[in-house]
Amino acid sequence: MVSAGALRVVRCGGGALRGARAVFSTDSKYLLCASGDFVKVYSVTTEETLRLMGGHADLVTGIQLNPHNHMQLYSSSLDGSIKLWDFMDGIPIKTFTVGCKLLALYTPASAEDSVFVVIPKKGEQDTCQLVSVKLTKGAGQDLEAKELSVVLDGVGASPKQIAFGREGEYVVSVKEVNLQVYFFKRKLLNRFSLRAVKTKGGDNQFSCVACHPTEDCIATGHADGKIRLWRNFHNRKEYTYSTLHWHHDIVMDLAFSMEGTRLLSGGVESVLVQWHNESSCQKDFLPRLGSPIEYISMSSDGALCCTLHTDNRITIINSNLRFSRSIQGLIKSRDVKTGLVVDPRTKALVMNGEPGHLQFYCLQSDQQLFSLDIVQRQYIHEEGLKQSDLVKVAFSAQGTWLATVEEREEVTDPELELKLWFYEEETQSFKLNTRINTPHDNHITDMCFRDMGELEDDSLILITTGRDCVFKVWVMVEDTDPEGKYAQQSVSWSCDFVGSYHNYQATNCCFSEDGSLLAVSFEEIVTVWDSVTWDLKCTFCHPPGNIRNICFGRLTCSKYLIGATDYGFLCCWNLLTCALEWSAHLNIVVLQPDPLSEHIAAVSWLSKESSLFVFKPNEPRPIYIQRNLCKEKILLAAFVPRDEPETTGSEKHLWLRRSQLLFLTDTQELMTLSTKPLEERLTPSSKQLAVEESRPMTPFSLLLGKHRRQQSQEDIDLGKLVVHNKQEQASPAVKELLHTPAHVLPSASFLCPIFINSLLISKEKKSAEEVADEVEMESEKTEDNSDEERDVTEMEQEDTSHMELLGEMACKLSKSQEKELRKIRKMDYSWISAF
Amino acid sequence: MAAYKPVVVQACPKLGEKITQDTLYWRGYKTPVQIKEFGAVNKIDFSPVLPYNYAVTASSRIHIYGRYSQEPIKTFSRFKDAVYGATYRDDGQLLVAGSEDSSIRLFDVSGRAPLRQFDGHTKPVHLVGFLSDKYRIFSGGDDYSANLWDIPSATEIVSYSEHTDYVRCGCASKVNADVFITGSYDHTVKLFDARTKSSVMTIEHGHPVESLLLFPSGGLLVSAGGRHVKVWDVLKGGQLLVSLKNHHKTVTCVCLNSSGQRLLSGSLDRHVKIYSTTSYKVVHSFSYATSILSLALSPEDETIVVGMTNGVLNVKHRKPEERNEKSQKKRQPAYRTYVKGRTYMPKQEDFCVSKPVKRVLRKYDKLLKSFESSKALDAVLEPPIMLHTPEVTVAVMQELHHRGTLRSALAGRDEKQVNLLLTFVARRVIEPRFTPVLVTVADMIT
Repeated sequence: MVSAGALRVVRCGGGALRGARAVFSTDSKYLLCASGDFVKVYSVTTEETLRLMGGHADLVTGIQLNPHNHMQLYSSSLDGSIKLWDFMDGIPIKTFTVGCKLLALYTPASAEDSVFVVIPKKGEQDTCQLVSVKLTKGAGQDLEAKELSVVLDGVGASPKQIAFGREGEYVVSVKEVNLQVYFFKRKLLNRFSLRAVKTKGGDNQFSCVACHPTEDCIATGHADGKIRLWRNFHNRKEYTYSTLHWHHDIVMDLAFSMEGTRLLSGGVESVLVQWHNESSCQKDFLPRLGSPIEYISMSSDGALCCTLHTDNRITIINSNLRFSRSIQGLIKSRDVKTGLVVDPRTKALVMNGEPGHLQFYCLQSDQQLFSLDIVQRQYIHEEGLKQSDLVKVAFSAQGTWLATVEEREEVTDPELELKLWFYEEETQSFKLNTRINTPHDNHITDMCFRDMGELEDDSLILITTGRDCVFKVWVMVEDTDPEGKYAQQSVSWSCDFVGSYHNYQATNCCFSEDGSLLAVSFEEIVTVWDSVTWDLKCTFCHPPGNIRNICFGRLTCSKYLIGATDYGFLCCWNLLTCALEWSAHLNIVVLQPDPLSEHIAAVSWLSKESSLFVFKPNEPRPIYIQRNLCKEKILLAAFVPRDEPETTGSEKHLWLRRSQLLFLTDTQELMTLSTKPLEERLTPSSKQLAVEESRPMTPFSLLLGKHRRQQSQEDIDLGKLVVHNKQEQASPAVKELLHTPAHVLPSASFLCPIFINSLLISKEKKSAEEVADEVEMESEKTEDNSDEERDVTEMEQEDTSHMELLGEMACKLSKSQEKELRKIRKMDYSWISAF
Repeated sequence: MAAYKPVVVQACPKLGEKITQDTLYWRGYKTPVQIKEFGAVNKIDFSPVLPYNYAVTASSRIHIYGRYSQEPIKTFSRFKDAVYGATYRDDGQLLVAGSEDSSIRLFDVSGRAPLRQFDGHTKPVHLVGFLSDKYRIFSGGDDYSANLWDIPSATEIVSYSEHTDYVRCGCASKVNADVFITGSYDHTVKLFDARTKSSVMTIEHGHPVESLLLFPSGGLLVSAGGRHVKVWDVLKGGQLLVSLKNHHKTVTCVCLNSSGQRLLSGSLDRHVKIYSTTSYKVVHSFSYATSILSLALSPEDETIVVGMTNGVLNVKHRKPEERNEKSQKKRQPAYRTYVKGRTYMPKQEDFCVSKPVKRVLRKYDKLLKSFESSKALDAVLEPPIMLHTPEVTVAVMQELHHRGTLRSALAGRDEKQVNLLLTFVARRVIEPRFTPVLVTVADMIT
């Protein structure tokens, strides 16, 4: 057990959205999606996360709507349980424990009280079974579901490899080159297989399957990009299939439209292809969706379709194949080469995003702020193609300049490009200023800015270190037209100085806090340079082992230089005496100074566990040690400044007060350290009024809804007035105005006085001053109030129709309000007189 | 969903001359007209009145050329010996010239015979000019003296013998009718006032003074001699403002453009340099075939005339302004129907619906967008692109290489196309910015 004061490692950035096909709710207002151990509910119109339903202990592998109740959702997980949710409220209704890993979940409508799941076959590796699970109708919440009956044997583990046919009459499963169709009524199993031999680049391996909703037709996707449409598969001999071929690589997913006239397919090309009437000549494309398509799902009314991408993104697409909107989580790219960088302007975490893009990820709101296209080339989705990739990023201290390095591996020399971006206030984005081709002859190993702020004009310097044994100093040069009339001041960057040391590869660079010293490590040796004259001041060496990381101490410890070497030493040199101050035997993989304090975090990797050490350079004893931080190797770390200093009780955690420490593990999980206990961390996502959500979303309702919400807020504040106001809103004049179609309404000039009159407050009510007094007193209470009310209304909501509901709400509000008011009246306000 | 990203064509910063407003302005001249004179052209002077004829002094003749004529419209040739420095009067009616035989002659531009002859110098007279009151002439001769003459009586008013070497250049103040300045080979510039008996100011130039120029305001003096052009503030008692050393041979002539914003200097190093008179930096420069002796700019900068040591007169006329406006005017009525309401300014409460901007893709981009690699390569191997913008060709080749389709795009070409490709590669592979890509291309061709 972890003691109360200890730090906990928590995941941040959300789980992968790739566990299962996303599901649209029946009214197409919500999108349900498996995200790691959670099920997320998104609003289709606003892209917000409405609800986060947690309860599974492992990855969610399947989500399906309950075919008998559209407000309910089944989810299956690797932890061996099926849960039934009310996704409108985010409440788990029932949990069925199956007892073995569930790999996929299907809920065809024809099956009365059972669902189908894919489970690994006992005793055998890599083979799975499709079983039907009878969901017992017990009274309790946690139920056992042990009644399993095997339907199909030897099915694929992926949820895409099984599909249920028209009205659940048959089930199709594909695996490798075999197709199985099982007819439930006739209890007939047909097997078809394709030739396994790869000819002419063809590859008959099945990748996915989909069934026509109204006809007996099966669409299968193949590894070579072909789509086969199977018919007449009732007959073992005389089955036929036709082939559609557009994809050049594996077909990742297929989906039929509700009527079955259109077939959607997607693959690594990140192009959504729409086939009409199952003919290969009629097709539409939605190209450049950004990243490979993993799953395609259709809404039940056929108006929307959504694609889940490999980079944690959901794209919602209209029925006429127009891009509608996208929901973007933290993109987990395969390799975060840029490291974790903090944008000084937005305090967002910056790292590799989409290929060739830089993602700005806001930790507070857990969403991507924007994605900056660095490479600016068309990304070709093809396996085995060498693409330009972003490898280094550096921000100047003010965030006005951004330097990026992209490289593309070539047979001879890597293609390198250094780009410098300037932040434009007007467009609020970075604009490319200078592009430098092949800044170094070999890979760039490190890059840093010197930015002393506004005080000195020429203080902005960029250092790049390369494996071509040099480090280069880049400075801004101004090109000015001598004429005042046409004065166009333009700034560009050019190389100012090239430094090297004994033909060793330069590996790291770092500026001291005041910018006067530059430390560059050349393999085993750290060199310190004067940043004005570019003279070599001194060298430090601690053999054996190359320098992995160097950094200067900050604030009070600015006279120290810290270095971590390959062979497990952490050294601290004193710059005044040019001597080794202390060293420690630790295999440090990450060395990260906190920009706001003198603390330095070091993460070591020893025998399959990572440990965290936080220390100040002036004393060799660490302030904080956490052994066994996580099982994975930590690759990167970053201190992100907090918006407001956190109040931590423990003296030990003072170093976390102003900044938050983030880690990225080699499994691309973003972790952070939290001092808060579990309950607080797990802040449930926005609790929205279910009432509001169930209203049809029209621009008018948005407008009015906002107005009403404001009003209700005011009502709460204004105490007694609420009753009156509610009455007013229901006044016939307003009602008439709102419910009469616009084209039959009389002219606005006629309606105006009636409307205004209806809004007037009659005189016998409280005077304004009294009310104002109460507002003050009540202000602290209001928030709690509103929460309470919400709960109440949510409870009430389920079986009432919308219009009634409004009345209900008004009534409820007033009741609770009066209760509050009474409470307040009873309270003693004598303390006010003291002022 | 991202739109198609066009191929990034590497822009290379142009080394050397940068395109500024000045280069655009001074480049706007037609190819020069060359006229052969009988000897070295020692002076060119534009008539200050329309039609801006100019007098060219060379050998023993003064030719008067019209604005666009290539043949002289008038010639004064009744000189026994070389003639120097023919200068117009402010009203363009009279012309005065000194000569090798130490006499000064005054002509009516419409007449042929000299109206007056001023004798008094004992050595050749290289410098003559009118004072701004139009009735007096100043002159400077190789007899080290500077004289002032009265035109009506053809008599010498005053003679200053303060210089200690040849007096070869000078000018009269436009604001004061009594003031003129002479420059001499004794390295000095002297300012004379006709009302006094001696020079008012002496400025040490440091080199034999070849040319002098007063700004229209009369406050600034430009002197050229040796390799230097120096600007002096006369009103501050001859303080040196700036010294320009942009020529590498003797500067022989200076002149101002019509607006007074630019100073031009011609030199024996065959260059004419144009300076901004605010920053005194060279903003443009012309190069000529031989050493330049004289230089003149017509009003409105319509014509630049340069006289050279080999007797060639180089005349550059300004190109007519682009006629864009006219063609637009013609189209306007039809155009207006399409832009109805374009001038409408949205009010504050208006909700603007902007039309999506249609992006125009280049041909190769369109082909690349539809993955037609071979055709895209064909498109950039067309001569106009290949010759004038090789960077586009190379960028497309690089893009194809990145896509891994360069080899197939290069394949299947006939002899002619391969020839074209090889020529391109062979010619451009030496350019450092193209080398990496073209080496790969060459690898694939072989």
